[in-house]
Amino acid sequence: MSRTRARIAATLALTAVLLVLPLFVEKYYVQFATRILIMAIFAMSLDLLVGYAGLVSLGHAAFYGFAAYVLALLSPQYDAASLWTSLPLAVGAAALVALAIGSLALRTSGVYFIMVTLAFAQMLYFVFHDTKIAGGSDGVYIYVRPVAELFGWRPFSLENVTHFYYLTLALAAMVVVALAVVLRSPFGKVIAGIRVNEQRMRSLGYATLRYKLACFTMAGGLAGVAGYLAAAQHGNVNPDMLGWHQSGSGLMMVILGGMGTLAGPIVGACAMLALEIAFQGFTKHWQLLMGGFIVLVALFMPRGLIGLASAWKRRRGDGE
Amino acid sequence: MELGTVAIQVLNSVQYGLLLFLIASGLTLIFGIMGIINLAHGSFYMVGAYLAWSLAEHLGSLWLAIPAGIALSVAIGVLLEWLLISRLYRRDHLYQVLLTYGLILIAEELRSVVWGDDVHGVAVPAALSASIPLTETLSYPVYRLWISAVCVLLALGMYWLIARTRIGMTIRAGASNREMVASLGINIELVYRLVFALGVALAAFAGMIAAPVSSVFPGMGNQVLIVCFVVVVIGGIGSVKGALVGALLIGFVDTFGKVAEVSIGTFRLLPDLAGMSIYVLMAVVLLWRPEGIFGRRLK
Repeated sequence: MSRTRARIAATLALTAVLLVLPLFVEKYYVQFATRILIMAIFAMSLDLLVGYAGLVSLGHAAFYGFAAYVLALLSPQYDAASLWTSLPLAVGAAALVALAIGSLALRTSGVYFIMVTLAFAQMLYFVFHDTKIAGGSDGVYIYVRPVAELFGWRPFSLENVTHFYYLTLALAAMVVVALAVVLRSPFGKVIAGIRVNEQRMRSLGYATLRYKLACFTMAGGLAGVAGYLAAAQHGNVNPDMLGWHQSGSGLMMVILGGMGTLAGPIVGACAMLALEIAFQGFTKHWQLLMGGFIVLVALFMPRGLIGLASAWKRRRGDGE
Repeated sequence: MELGTVAIQVLNSVQYGLLLFLIASGLTLIFGIMGIINLAHGSFYMVGAYLAWSLAEHLGSLWLAIPAGIALSVAIGVLLEWLLISRLYRRDHLYQVLLTYGLILIAEELRSVVWGDDVHGVAVPAALSASIPLTETLSYPVYRLWISAVCVLLALGMYWLIARTRIGMTIRAGASNREMVASLGINIELVYRLVFALGVALAAFAGMIAAPVSSVFPGMGNQVLIVCFVVVVIGGIGSVKGALVGALLIGFVDTFGKVAEVSIGTFRLLPDLAGMSIYVLMAVVLLWRPEGIFGRRLK
């Protein structure tokens, strides 16, 4: 009882901090917080696969990057795309790509699935890297951010850092709520059942492939939300957004935070980006430190920061 | 295409395919026997190429660099298995992916610290620098033929090691039942360590002999790793025979994808989309046999 109450209190406190943040910090930090939120959306979408459905995908950046490219292609040069049409289109396109890749990749499982998802993401990478569809290896620039115009009325502008932050925050909150609802629904229970024992779920009469594919498509669409926002924020889209370093660091965020939890990916995204900045300040060869850190997490922190916190709480509880 | 050009591309395909086989066979053995998915496998290929380059500079010849490089890469393999990989045998694939992803970052950055970020060329050894004339204008370098020959010899040697020797028997037994082998008094940890070191050495060796052909550049390992994943998915994971067939298939599809010209209307399909061709092949195999051509049926 007190645990749920503590959790509600923590959630409310965090929400309050996030809501008032732009009032108290400089622009740079608002932008940094926006980046964290975007990565949190990406990590949450990946956690739906890795943590909840037990599907280890190493190609999740494909959907993130694809949505980013959709925005770039929808934006007229030196003019803005409409937020209300481009966002759903980008997310829908990412979900469609996920449906296509998922229907092939989900024919396999386990270690095959890991390799096949990575390979298909790499294929998309080559599509944008080798052809002139969108600037080849240099990528393309989005000179003007999408506008949110409704019948001549502009409720907010993405050129404004604070407005962009609040839009990202709202979308992140929507993703959290959507995931919470989905995971509590009968669909979510089936997904959890598939992770634990797919054979048994199948013998109970569930068409498990269809559930997994629905889950994969949904995760792809949500990754598309993150990709769209990232493209709009940076104003530049390049093939690296589809690359496997993006997928790898997403996986790292999920595990560092704590997979299979709603808060985990958010904590993980925050911790990873903060660490990146810290390591970069330390040395030019910061990837060395990051690599070492990842190895240590894989060996000693399988349940992530959330897992550490609950283990610590349990130990304290035993002591009383 | 002329006949001479086709002949050259066929030889190139075989050479590329056999080289891929050396790398992919290590990947597939390490998975088939130890149950480990090793993302850092491509990094060993890169390390091999850089070792060949820097050792050849110091020792004066590629012939001296190769044995020294093999000794070093076996040492790296043994050390990594003992220090890190051996802790992953009972863990989920997810953690194997994460740890070996960390190793890639470390390898890439160490490469940058030790050898820098430049592209380097390695000279073809004088004894193999000749070319065999095919037609009046076309000729084929002996060095590439030598690569193919060495790869075939190694493939035969590997088959002999696994199928015909006592060590190979132990390795195969260890793959099917680790506990039983251990309880028969065989040091299974040592066997695993050797298999891992063998895989590392194969990948590094591939990098060394490829260095004069492909040059030595940052990120070369990751490129090759993903191609090897495609090879293993097509051939069936754990199957060395599958790796051979998959690697040769990829060799042909990739090489001819880059030289063939195919258009639909005004849209040039090949060679513009050549980078995609091997993934299309993988998709076809997945539709036909998701477990790979020589793979065991998935449940």
